[in-house]
Amino acid sequence: MSGHSTYTPSNGFTRWLDARLPIIRLSYDSFVAYPTPRNLNYWWTFGGILSMMLAVQLITGIVLVMHYTPNTLMAFASVEHIMRDVNWGWLIRYMHANGASMFFVAVYIHILRGMYYGSYKAPREILWILGVVIYLLMMATAFMGYVLPWGQMSFWGATVITNLFSAIPLIGDPIVIWLWGGFSVDNPTLNRFFSLHYLLPFVIAAVVVLHVWALHVVGQNNPTGVEVKSEQDTVAFTPYATLKDAFGMSAFLVLFCWFLFYTPNYMGHPDNYIPANPMVTPAHIVPEWYFLPFYAILRSIPDKLGGVIAMFGAIAVLFVLPWLDTSKVKSSTYRPLYKQFFWILVVVGLGLGYLGSQPAEGGYVIASRILTAWYFFHFLVILPVVGLIEKPKPVPESITAAVLAKNAAH
Amino acid sequence: MTMILSGSKLGRVLGAAVLAVGLGFAAAPASASDAGHGPKVEMQSWSFAGPFGRFDKGQLQRGYKVYKEVCAACHSMQLVAYRNLTDEGGPSFTVDQVKALAAEIKVKDGPNDAGEMFERNGRPSDRFPSPFANDEAARAAFGGALPPDLSLIGKNRAAHRGGVSFLGDPFTLYAEAGPDYVYNLMTGYVDAPAGTTCDGALQYNQSFIGGTCIAMPNPLAEGMVTYDDGTKTTVEQYARDVAAFLMWTAEPKLEARKSTGLKVILFLIVLTGLLYLSKRKLWANVAH
Repeated sequence: MSGHSTYTPSNGFTRWLDARLPIIRLSYDSFVAYPTPRNLNYWWTFGGILSMMLAVQLITGIVLVMHYTPNTLMAFASVEHIMRDVNWGWLIRYMHANGASMFFVAVYIHILRGMYYGSYKAPREILWILGVVIYLLMMATAFMGYVLPWGQMSFWGATVITNLFSAIPLIGDPIVIWLWGGFSVDNPTLNRFFSLHYLLPFVIAAVVVLHVWALHVVGQNNPTGVEVKSEQDTVAFTPYATLKDAFGMSAFLVLFCWFLFYTPNYMGHPDNYIPANPMVTPAHIVPEWYFLPFYAILRSIPDKLGGVIAMFGAIAVLFVLPWLDTSKVKSSTYRPLYKQFFWILVVVGLGLGYLGSQPAEGGYVIASRILTAWYFFHFLVILPVVGLIEKPKPVPESITAAVLAKNAAH
Repeated sequence: MTMILSGSKLGRVLGAAVLAVGLGFAAAPASASDAGHGPKVEMQSWSFAGPFGRFDKGQLQRGYKVYKEVCAACHSMQLVAYRNLTDEGGPSFTVDQVKALAAEIKVKDGPNDAGEMFERNGRPSDRFPSPFANDEAARAAFGGALPPDLSLIGKNRAAHRGGVSFLGDPFTLYAEAGPDYVYNLMTGYVDAPAGTTCDGALQYNQSFIGGTCIAMPNPLAEGMVTYDDGTKTTVEQYARDVAAFLMWTAEPKLEARKSTGLKVILFLIVLTGLLYLSKRKLWANVAH
């Protein structure tokens, strides 16, 4: 898409098609001739891995819907019917459940890669924002998907999260009733969550198209953070990136299958194998692991509305990340100070995740508050200030210069 | 990238701060956990654990017998049908054996051509019978306590182990918290420690995760179920056999899952290796 198209139709049919719908030209320019920086490392294979996981979720999800019943009286039993009576149903359902977790593993790595190498900076702000939109849509989709089996955690997770909206002053309670379609989480809630859980993945796919479009306009960032300057800084997407991505995807599938076949319930909660019961509250209501850091932030604020604002703020701050970072240098490789704060943020995120899984009491709450404060301090204070006071290391003249210097050092 | 906090003084100070917070919550469980030590749940060794795990058919058949003669008196198992007993990767009863087992029960069916409900003998396609017509009837019979359905008990119970031991599970592939809990609960009826008393019909059980006292009376006693394969008839043996059976009812496709997994993962490892070699050859002449 960037630059001149090098596609030449090779026969009569492709010439005819190219004059009417240049779809082969578009694919060729986007996924074959597209120039990709020659120095990309394996952290750049996660874009391809994420596309693969989206496809896995769509395909398994469409098959599951052929056997699932979205009704509070039958949903739980229909999932067990899939596990027990549908041919290979156990495989499809475990793929979908573990696939969601793997999707989040990959997206967190992808986001952190962008943060480490400054991939959100000009001219990639829109690309980054579209990514955050995809992440938000993924969270909404995953949350509603977890409700569908209608187990105890499905029901109580839905109750807790929808109740958050009641914190909104004045209109909070009517909004919650509107979301539920009644006066509690019940059949209308299950039905609308099912509808939206089926819709949103296609919205994600559409935003992914925009994300890839934006990427192909500005080109990929790379480990040096120095923009592509000449043709020798790049290699053709196919075969170079295609084959490297294929290797990355295959290696990721090994990890996926390890969980899928040998410990498929590790990332779930045992209570979700108990049918939903509005009369019995589980001892600890915990969301899926990928929401735990945000759950910890929510509970660290003693005020309900404040907690909700902090939780959504933790995601909202990502939207303005390109303007919070004042450094002209993109890659952490040349930012000795920022690099340390980046890794501290990773540790803080993991710490919040652990705290989100623990009861909200005693030392856990104090630790959650410290780490929540640090999370916001990182984005709102450290990022702008470090960019101004840090003395970056000398940045290479070009990608090729960096590659040659690295190879000479070996 | 691994030398995160080396270098500047600021890094060391911040590192110490993060470490202090870390220690703060590592120390927290002692104060956070409820009165003293939690339920005692010791890990057991199971034939179905690990990547090559398979059910012991004899054990599943014995476990079914314990379930049928003891547990089924109070607990339902609504998700399992007699026909499942012949399924591959299960107790492997023969079709004739299962027909005979199913024929032992009476099933209310209908309406017939005259519009009337009737009773007939059980068939392999029938689900296991429930001891009570509904949850309310069960509660009424047990002073308000509801014996849970056992179909998924092998997956919906897990003792909280605390700390960060869960981080090791993906490597050790520990996935037997359910049967471990069932075994410990069945063998957990010991004398209450001094100072602990249980109200009314409740009993002390050292492994119960729902509290100190449990509504279920000690269900097993030595010799109460006859085994025809010569296995010893101790409480521990009954508990072990029924826990294995309940793992199978919760995860009837466990064997298919693990054997398929082995083939898929071996295939993927070979594919990944070949892709790596191809990638290396392709990139050999490109400095990167």
